[in-house]
Amino acid sequence: MWAYLLRRLIQAVLILLGVSFITFLLLYVLPADPVRQIAGRSATPQVVESIRRELGLDQPFLVQYWNYLTGLVQGDFGRSYLQKADVAGLIASRLPATLQLMALAILFELIIGLGMGVAAALWRGRAVDSVLMMTSFAAVSAPQFVVGLLLLYLFAVQFGWFPISGYGTFSHAVLPALTLAITGSGWYARMMRSSMIDVLDTDYLRTARAKGLSRGRIILRHAVPNAILPIIAMIGIDIGIFMGGAVVVESVFGWPGIGQLAWQAIQRVDIPIIMGVTIVSAVAIVLGNLLADMIAPFVDPRIKLR
Amino acid sequence: MKLPHLLLGTAMALALAGPGLAQEEQLDPNAKPGGSIVITYKDDVATLDPAIGYDWQNWSMIKSVFDGLMDYAPGTTDLRPGLAESYEISDDLLTYTFKLRPGVKFHNGREMTAEDVKYSFDRVLLPATQSPGAGFFGSIKGADKMADGSATSLEGLTVVDPLTVRFELSRPDATFLHVLALNFASVVPKEAVEASGGDFGHQPVGTGAYKMGEWLPGQRVVFQKNPDYWRAGLPYLDQITFEIGQEPVVALLRLQNGEVDVPGDGIPPAKFQEVMADPEQAARVVEGGQLHTGYITMNVTQPPFDKVEVRHAINMAINKDRVVQMINNRAVPANQPLPPSMPGYSQDYAGYAYDVEGAKKLLTEAGYPDGFATELYAMNTDPNPRIAQAIQQDLKAIGINAEIRALAQANVIEAGGAGNAPMVWSGGMGWIADFPDPSNFYGPILGCDGAGEGGWNWSKYCNEELDAAAQAADAMAKPEEAEARLQAWSAVFEGVMKDAPWAPVFNEQRFTMKSPRMGGADALYTDPVSIPINYDYVYVTDVQ
Amino acid sequence: MTETTDAVAAAIPTDIRPRLFRRLMRRKTAVFGAAVIALVVLGAVFAPQLAQFPPDQQNFDGLTLEGAPMQPNATYWFGTDLLGRDLLSRLLYGARTSLIIGVVANGLSILIGTAVGVTGGWQRGWVGAVLMRFTDLMMAFPALLLAICLAAIFQPSLWIVALVIALVNWVQTARIIYTQTISLAERDFIAAERTLGASDWRILRHHILPHLLPTLLVWGTLGISITVLLEATLSFLGVGVQPPTPSWGNIIFENQTYFQSAPWLVFIPGAAILLLALAFNLVGDALREEMDPTQKGRG
Repeated sequence: MWAYLLRRLIQAVLILLGVSFITFLLLYVLPADPVRQIAGRSATPQVVESIRRELGLDQPFLVQYWNYLTGLVQGDFGRSYLQKADVAGLIASRLPATLQLMALAILFELIIGLGMGVAAALWRGRAVDSVLMMTSFAAVSAPQFVVGLLLLYLFAVQFGWFPISGYGTFSHAVLPALTLAITGSGWYARMMRSSMIDVLDTDYLRTARAKGLSRGRIILRHAVPNAILPIIAMIGIDIGIFMGGAVVVESVFGWPGIGQLAWQAIQRVDIPIIMGVTIVSAVAIVLGNLLADMIAPFVDPRIKLR
Repeated sequence: MKLPHLLLGTAMALALAGPGLAQEEQLDPNAKPGGSIVITYKDDVATLDPAIGYDWQNWSMIKSVFDGLMDYAPGTTDLRPGLAESYEISDDLLTYTFKLRPGVKFHNGREMTAEDVKYSFDRVLLPATQSPGAGFFGSIKGADKMADGSATSLEGLTVVDPLTVRFELSRPDATFLHVLALNFASVVPKEAVEASGGDFGHQPVGTGAYKMGEWLPGQRVVFQKNPDYWRAGLPYLDQITFEIGQEPVVALLRLQNGEVDVPGDGIPPAKFQEVMADPEQAARVVEGGQLHTGYITMNVTQPPFDKVEVRHAINMAINKDRVVQMINNRAVPANQPLPPSMPGYSQDYAGYAYDVEGAKKLLTEAGYPDGFATELYAMNTDPNPRIAQAIQQDLKAIGINAEIRALAQANVIEAGGAGNAPMVWSGGMGWIADFPDPSNFYGPILGCDGAGEGGWNWSKYCNEELDAAAQAADAMAKPEEAEARLQAWSAVFEGVMKDAPWAPVFNEQRFTMKSPRMGGADALYTDPVSIPINYDYVYVTDVQ
Repeated sequence: MTETTDAVAAAIPTDIRPRLFRRLMRRKTAVFGAAVIALVVLGAVFAPQLAQFPPDQQNFDGLTLEGAPMQPNATYWFGTDLLGRDLLSRLLYGARTSLIIGVVANGLSILIGTAVGVTGGWQRGWVGAVLMRFTDLMMAFPALLLAICLAAIFQPSLWIVALVIALVNWVQTARIIYTQTISLAERDFIAAERTLGASDWRILRHHILPHLLPTLLVWGTLGISITVLLEATLSFLGVGVQPPTPSWGNIIFENQTYFQSAPWLVFIPGAAILLLALAFNLVGDALREEMDPTQKGRG
């Protein structure tokens, strides 16, 4: 167990090293000069060069990367080129919004996805089932920005139930979280349905049902535990995706999360912020996967960590 | 203020010695102090460090937290002394001596002195600060040594006594007083900069009308009234809250609900027509000019744009009225680099009329009877790709096939600066003047200085004759030469248009919408240097 | 399993085709999906004949005097966009963009993914290890951020966007192919072939690849819907296909500020994207169930 954990952690560190190197390289070859962004339009060539020197951007690529890496190891994500503030602080200031959105989105995803999956399995082969399964496919086929704009149009603009955009109260978070949840819930629904069907098909349960065991009990006692493993794995994956990938939803709803920070930084080649967000998201993805793998044996003793 | 008599006496004494003099503050007789307002923005405020902040959003905010030696009368482009009580210019136009206002306090309670002025300029010019404004101070003696790191203190700025500073220039510079009114020339207290641990941009301390209240990144910034502000009676408002992350559409809805006083990003294009059609709402929209020009650059060093006929043809081919219509008539067609509200704008200059046949004829004369293929770079945020497509269609009509490259701002700037972009639509990166003087529209974007590798002169246009004329104009720093200087500048820009490295397309108009309770002259809502509004002078009418 | 049964199994994919098609046609969802795909393909192929206007023609009467777009009407069936262009014509031509990117980008990513997966699974030496560690690394990237950075570096055009999407998307395929290759390689008949002295290349071509075909077919179909969505998202963020080339994503990007006053400009192309992605998902899912009835859902 500990050896396994150690190996996974070493692996994770190597992966993060690779991610940071590739991103740094991509940003280095980007046909845009961060110094021009900092220096602005009235800078003389002299000023431009002095800023370049100041930031160490006149150094060879590998030296720059090494400098970044040594800082990173000491927990220093560097300073934003344009906001002149510590990247760690900037990311931390966006973290509450991102985490709030993520938590709510996953909650909605579970409610919608599992609900649909259970219903579809119980009425398997009937109209309800096919409608639900079709819906689940439509959900995963819908672009987030279309769902977002549609929810915005219906529930904020037309009906006025929710604020159009912004951040602060619970009701601000509902529509963006719902957007993420709808586009992600399809997978949960399909997974829940198939694992319900597996359980319902077992001879043991057929007898239990024949004996008049209530549906609720069957679902709670047998079907849900059977599905819990893939659900955990999917949550792990979702955490990774939502940490860095909510760019679209955040920009539709003006949500002040990490995605917006990254998107604005990309537009203006604020390299330390882009690096910081990429690394934080990569950490989330790696940890999400690791977490899912670690929890698995506790839930299902048949699985052994190797 | 604390020492009114002394202050008045000094001012009068200096009035005899020099041209600059602090005037009595004109207070609005209808204004009542108190109350608070809400301003909204979509994007986060990047920084409030006056040495760093360089976008239109934080520009006006920084102006309200900090002061410099010079300033503009509210709602105008007229220079007036700020933290300087008076100033004196030597006959050779190379020495500027400023007498500081006594008793001005920073928000931390300490009195501002000449040492602070010195510190602030050193700070902006030190490479470690990475200030985008360092280039503006090139005419001060020793600025170049600061840039290359061979000096850490600005040679041309001397502290004469605690309330007097002296600048020495290396060449006469008619724009010097304007440069001192830039945010980059704001006076900051050393101890607060050092205490901020490198994050002065989020913990600003100045001498301005407002001090920093609360800052929740991505959510809101709150300004509190500075009760010790040195301009007696100002500001009127107790508090300004800037709410961040608000889509323009939301901001408008909230304004209609009475929750917002001024939407900082303006009226959203999709709602503009609706607002203007409603007399009640339209009455609360203040329209004004803006020191902005949207233009197309043509790289004059590469064929086919090395031929002046081709550049003239492009100027004639663009249907500017249609482009303006496409952005809901929120601009006026432009025919020269300077915007109409800029001193030096040529009223009589006719420009190139829209003439498709004439343009085709010019192309034939230039040896391109069948047109040619080229690329048009533009920024990839709305409405710029749309404007680029409208221009593309106009060019197609005279046989030019312009492929659009809609890229992130940084990529366009890189392509333009490197000279890789045959044509660039300037929208989104376009020139909004740093200070209301025609010279600001020349040097970096049309002059030889900016034409080098990486410079913002994306046409790579360099006419040495015009450069000499421009320098001559900027050497006319005597107050009595002001009129002649503006005429000299008009001639420079007409000369530019003869060579046509640009096709000016439009000048954006400003439409500031305000809530019914907002008071103050309309000019405050279209202030040329404070966008969207001049925070120091506006007030609300519903306070008791 | 013996060698002979597996040899038969290897031959199944080619034999099964006509029957597979007939079985698919019995599934209502698959028929629906196929019909939508056929419709979009027809629209794309015959766009020049079907469209009433050139897709990038900015019609003078396509804007109101105040510069607002026109509602759907007799001349412009789906209305006009913010430049006065006919939305229907742009949608028809936009179908070309979506399909080309969907097919090319997904083809590329399947190609890369298969090459990496098979090599990693078959070549268990350091080459395979390096490839698979690289795949793990790619999985840790925030995909959208990576795509945006790549698009900025290469400066988007139709083919570049396809390439960027392929570079981001091959990872999933590689993982699945890798797992399958490993389990195939461990089977007896492969080992037998090896002892008989068959070359690696021969085994791969005759035994491994045919077994992978069903998976590739399923992923080739499902993957298109992912690709179509990613293209739309990149275009929506303004880093996709360059204007004036219409793509369903960039139509929404260009018009989204008007989504309240002119919702059709956003929701018609939005529905088009959804339908096309749904269609490929339905057909892909049907294929999966027909070819591998034991596997259900993603989990």
